[in-house]
Amino acid sequence: MDKQTNQVQQDQVDELYAEAIHWHVNTGGETIHAKRVPGLFRRLKWFSMSIWLLYFIGPYLRWGDRQAVLLDIPNRKFHIFDITIMPQDVWLLAMVLLFFSILLAAITSLSGRVFCGYFCFQTVWTDIFTLIEEKLEGNPTQRRKLEKAPWDLHKLRIKAIKHTIWIGIGVFTGIGFISWFVDVYQLWIDIVNFDASMLVWITIITFTLGTYILAGFMREQTCFWLCPYARIQGVMYDTETILPTYDYHRGEPRGKLKKGQPIEGNGDCISCNQCLAVCPTGVDIRDGQQEGCITCGLCLDACDTVMDKIGRPRGLIRYASLDEMQGKPHVPFIRRPRVLIYFGIMILAISGLIYGLSNLGTFDLKVLHERQPLFVQLSSGAIQNKYQLKVLNKTDHDMHISIVAEGPKGLEIHGVREKMLLPAGHLSNFTVYIRVPKQNLGSDRTPVNFRIQSFEVFDDMTEYMSMFYGPRI
Amino acid sequence: MSDDKNPFPGENNTGHVWDDNLRELLNDPPTWWRIGFHASWIFVLVYTLLYPSWPLINTHFKGIMGWTSLGEYKQDLKAIEEVRAPYETKLASMTAAEILADESLSSYVVRSAKVLFGDNCSACHGAGGQGNPSYPVLADDDWLYGGSVTDIQTTITMGRKGMMPAHKAMVSEAEADKLSASIVAGNVVTEPLYMEKGCVGCHGVDGKGMAPLGSANLTDGIYRFAAADQTYSVKHTIMHGVNDASDTNTRDAVMPAFGGTKLSETDIKKLAVYVHKLGGGQ
Repeated sequence: MDKQTNQVQQDQVDELYAEAIHWHVNTGGETIHAKRVPGLFRRLKWFSMSIWLLYFIGPYLRWGDRQAVLLDIPNRKFHIFDITIMPQDVWLLAMVLLFFSILLAAITSLSGRVFCGYFCFQTVWTDIFTLIEEKLEGNPTQRRKLEKAPWDLHKLRIKAIKHTIWIGIGVFTGIGFISWFVDVYQLWIDIVNFDASMLVWITIITFTLGTYILAGFMREQTCFWLCPYARIQGVMYDTETILPTYDYHRGEPRGKLKKGQPIEGNGDCISCNQCLAVCPTGVDIRDGQQEGCITCGLCLDACDTVMDKIGRPRGLIRYASLDEMQGKPHVPFIRRPRVLIYFGIMILAISGLIYGLSNLGTFDLKVLHERQPLFVQLSSGAIQNKYQLKVLNKTDHDMHISIVAEGPKGLEIHGVREKMLLPAGHLSNFTVYIRVPKQNLGSDRTPVNFRIQSFEVFDDMTEYMSMFYGPRI
Repeated sequence: MSDDKNPFPGENNTGHVWDDNLRELLNDPPTWWRIGFHASWIFVLVYTLLYPSWPLINTHFKGIMGWTSLGEYKQDLKAIEEVRAPYETKLASMTAAEILADESLSSYVVRSAKVLFGDNCSACHGAGGQGNPSYPVLADDDWLYGGSVTDIQTTITMGRKGMMPAHKAMVSEAEADKLSASIVAGNVVTEPLYMEKGCVGCHGVDGKGMAPLGSANLTDGIYRFAAADQTYSVKHTIMHGVNDASDTNTRDAVMPAFGGTKLSETDIKKLAVYVHKLGGGQ
């Protein structure tokens, strides 16, 4: 191989290296100190973040003599305002989960990682944590300076205050979480008296540590390397999905201003790097859509501010789809089958939920047939079957019921009284014997229908079809 | 390699080089690995100090917590007995009939006596009281010695051994065939031989048996000595009797006594209630 070809190949390799030279993997080697810029998307973010206040306030709402929303796991009852959901109706939870998972898919398909950027607790808590950091340590430049500064009393004081506030937020996050599962007023009494259960302490400690570490230190590393959800959302984009996009047609070639004036022939991007400075995950939006982008829109605010300053139209970075960038016509979501299917599933889930909630019922009845023996012959010549009836009173008041059975001719029901007590929210067991004269049995198995009737609620009855066994004929 | 010259100096290798450039480095293991390693041996140390562990010459190190698996078992058992205690003390002072009448106590008994029934009764009478050939069904309402809860309690405490003499000397084959056919048909009282051969003495004018004697009801189609050919089985019972020592082919039918040392009085009361509630108590 002669020297010249060798040289040419070397050039080509250098070109390959140059292509990716700016790219680096963000493994958290350097803390990202993002600048805070006011603007439309910052306001939107504050609005969506404020929804999380419900997380802290919610448990203090009362409904009658109990907490309005109480997920009472030890007693296996979920109270949501007027509704009480028992484990038997927990399929409703599946509907809720289905709705929200498809809602996530639909919104992601429409406008990207809206959840990540505006609502995710990781994003929200990190934003609050960095706000505290900014208030105490100053802007990003001052923060970087403080990081490098030697440990003197001033630095120690600032850092101590910051970490104390962070841990305090963590503690309140933990208490906020556990408040949904126990009575919150009793919880506070227990906490103040150091009398709470081990589970409560462990939960609070776990949440405190989790919040402190994830929002204080891990930050965007969580989105990069820990969160499976970020990846799932990342693959739900279409070319029609609108995302924060750098308009390279308008921006390139980019270059710095010279003496306050743009260089002739350059695009609108003046390489001010404000979009980089404000990014909470430290990505460069001008490289196109990438895994680190949580589509929070903060770079849009930053860029618009700069465009205003240099007298160029806003929207160099804006919500735009890939199709738009490539000059393809915009497809309204009504003509995108994927989105329509998502909405269809969401409507199904909501319908299921509404159906379930409006048909919660008063009772739940299960009938277990005794297996050993399946039947016995009595001295009267009748055949007797034994059943265990499990009756759940789903309401919060005591009820009185009667048990009725319908089946073959001459059927008699034994072991039950005319009017039986069914304690509130309690599963009661009844042993019931059914007797049928042998000659009335047409086959070795005859259907028997059990019915529960309440003395208090007339329009509500519950039925259960079981079998009556007899000798082989 | 015995070469003195290290071809890759200054990179902290062992000096061993294979195939020109494969060499072993002297890097520290990763921090996470070292944390895991130290955490592991500290865990082992603490664990073996807390719990029974190291073997010694004649015994073993007991651990500073004094934990034993038997101790834990006994502790759990104590916790369960504490829950049961209020019921058990009540049961001890009540009669079986009183227990049966009390709804919460009898439902406690149905659950707790299931184990007693499984241990003591189910071998002969079946797990659900469904009976076996020669061992009466406990879930029906046909009782040899009475089906009240007190009768059942007596039966369990004292045991039962019924007696029916063998009739092969006084009943001919043809007569036995006639009798057994009428029993299976359910109309034995209309059969003249029933009076003639003295069956009526024990089984009663109505043929329904007498509880004090333990004689069987011959009219209800329920057979203790159930068999595929029921007529033949009944005939065998007539000819050879039940528990008749003089006949080697006699039916063996003994209910052992569970009173005294075998089961406590409370346990027997519980069992009586349990059996009564199997489906046929009177």
